[in-house]
Amino acid sequence: MLWNDEFETLPREAIEALQLKRLQHTLERVCATVPFYKKRFSEAGITPGDVRSLDDLRRLPFTLKQDMRDNYPYGLFAVPLDQIVRIHASSGTTGKPTVVGYTKRDIDNWAELMARSFAAAGTTRGDVIHNAYGYGLFTGGLGAHYGAERLGASVIPMSGGNTQKQMMIMQDFGSSVITCTPSYSLYLAEALKESGVDPNALKLRVGILGAEPWSEEIRAEIERNLGIKAIDIYGLSEIMGPGVAIECIEAQHGLHIWEDHFIPEIIDPDTEEVLPDGEHGELVITTITKEGIPLIRYRTRDITRIIAEPCICGRTHRRLERMSGRSDDMLIIRGVNVFPSQIESVLFSIDGIEPHYQLIVDREGTLDTLEVQVEVNEKTFSDEIKKLQELSQKISRAIKDLLGITCKVRLVEPKTIARSEGKAQRVIDRRQQ
Amino acid sequence: MKVEQISIFIENKSGRLADVTQALGDSDINIRALSLADTSDFGILRLIVDKSNLAEKTLKERGFTVNKTEVVAVEVPDRPAGMASILKILDSGDVNVEYMYAFVERCGGNAVIIFRFDDPEAAIKVLTKNGVHVLEGERVYNM
Repeated sequence: MLWNDEFETLPREAIEALQLKRLQHTLERVCATVPFYKKRFSEAGITPGDVRSLDDLRRLPFTLKQDMRDNYPYGLFAVPLDQIVRIHASSGTTGKPTVVGYTKRDIDNWAELMARSFAAAGTTRGDVIHNAYGYGLFTGGLGAHYGAERLGASVIPMSGGNTQKQMMIMQDFGSSVITCTPSYSLYLAEALKESGVDPNALKLRVGILGAEPWSEEIRAEIERNLGIKAIDIYGLSEIMGPGVAIECIEAQHGLHIWEDHFIPEIIDPDTEEVLPDGEHGELVITTITKEGIPLIRYRTRDITRIIAEPCICGRTHRRLERMSGRSDDMLIIRGVNVFPSQIESVLFSIDGIEPHYQLIVDREGTLDTLEVQVEVNEKTFSDEIKKLQELSQKISRAIKDLLGITCKVRLVEPKTIARSEGKAQRVIDRRQQ
Repeated sequence: MKVEQISIFIENKSGRLADVTQALGDSDINIRALSLADTSDFGILRLIVDKSNLAEKTLKERGFTVNKTEVVAVEVPDRPAGMASILKILDSGDVNVEYMYAFVERCGGNAVIIFRFDDPEAAIKVLTKNGVHVLEGERVYNM
């Protein structure tokens, strides 16, 4: 269902004309108000006036997460603080957090784009939206909250954690939509099952899941275990927060990026060359309506490709394929590039395997080792050693066949791999320790 | 003629075996026979207990992975070549033994051996036809 009929179905030429106009305006503004950009542009020998077409965008320098850290906390803001009405920050797993500020209009646009996203996911004002994204510095909670209110739905500001309470509220309040991470939705399904609640007896029908990369196999698992439609949503605090792109419920294939507010590009992360539509590479986003902290060619590190083909839902905004990982969580094991999501896909292709797994990367001498820990369950467990060894061998053979790396599979007791109530920690890399 | 055996998946780390036996003890379950098969990473504990349904429930509640299988308890003459005679019968009947282990108790003057066959029905048929005494489950649980 469309939220904003006019803008969501704008013809391509109109989108591109709007993008160019907004891009030029944004460039003028950052050049005048953000010393960082003024300096960068002059170093690159380019002025906003040189950008006469969308193709000229590639002549501009990139913005990196490091640039945000270097200008911590407010150095990249394009307006004085008295116009900033909200400040968020990323969790900052390494070093200082990255700080973002929103003007009143930024908050308004964000609510609009989140409302569009909710509508694309098939939710309406009649829904009870159980928002289990964390409220606080993290953009997930408040971002989804404002969008749900804009949609006119009844929003329950649950925030993360306290699963027992989540389950009680979900049953008693009749939550019909849940917003959380995919790994938390799996955790919740498990917790419901343990307390004897049949998820099909709940009103829950849609999950809007994001903030970490996941796979089609995980989607199938979530949809089966919770009896819902699982919709992939994409966003990052640097660009806005959740609602930058979302799948439509009609296709559930590719995430429409709201192109009247963002310009996506795909680049080769090594050569930094812009790649044509359809090719896999790193997603780079330029914000063209943001006032608080506009970012020019921000390198997201997320790996995807642009799907330019028209979508059955009627939206004209191009789609991003489901993120297949990040250019910086890519593991290099004995010279082979491996994404945890690839190993996940292999595990799910094997009948009976639990969705909980962990990868331990270590080094013995000069040789990298990969250990894949998989939980045993009643389906895979046998009283015969050889059956379990066959299972381990089957997994390591499948990984070898698909990814070309040798790994050791360790079967572990159920529920021994840490369940996270936020982002799942799938990889433990001991090589850097 | 078959005996219920419960198997438990145990990771190779200290205290896990104690956790299982403690759980059974707490529920007043008596272990009649046991065998532990191990690899470098994990082990499988196989048990015959006096109350296998309760044991299964108790262990599952404590988060263990448990499965139930049917095994066959056979009386073996407690003398040289007693075991060999049984295995010979099985071999000639073309019955494959997956694994086996000995029972703690004796049954009269005989020893008791637990067998896991891939085809227990066929095994029982071969054994009884050759005059080997196969014990009833109830008998084994209450020995």
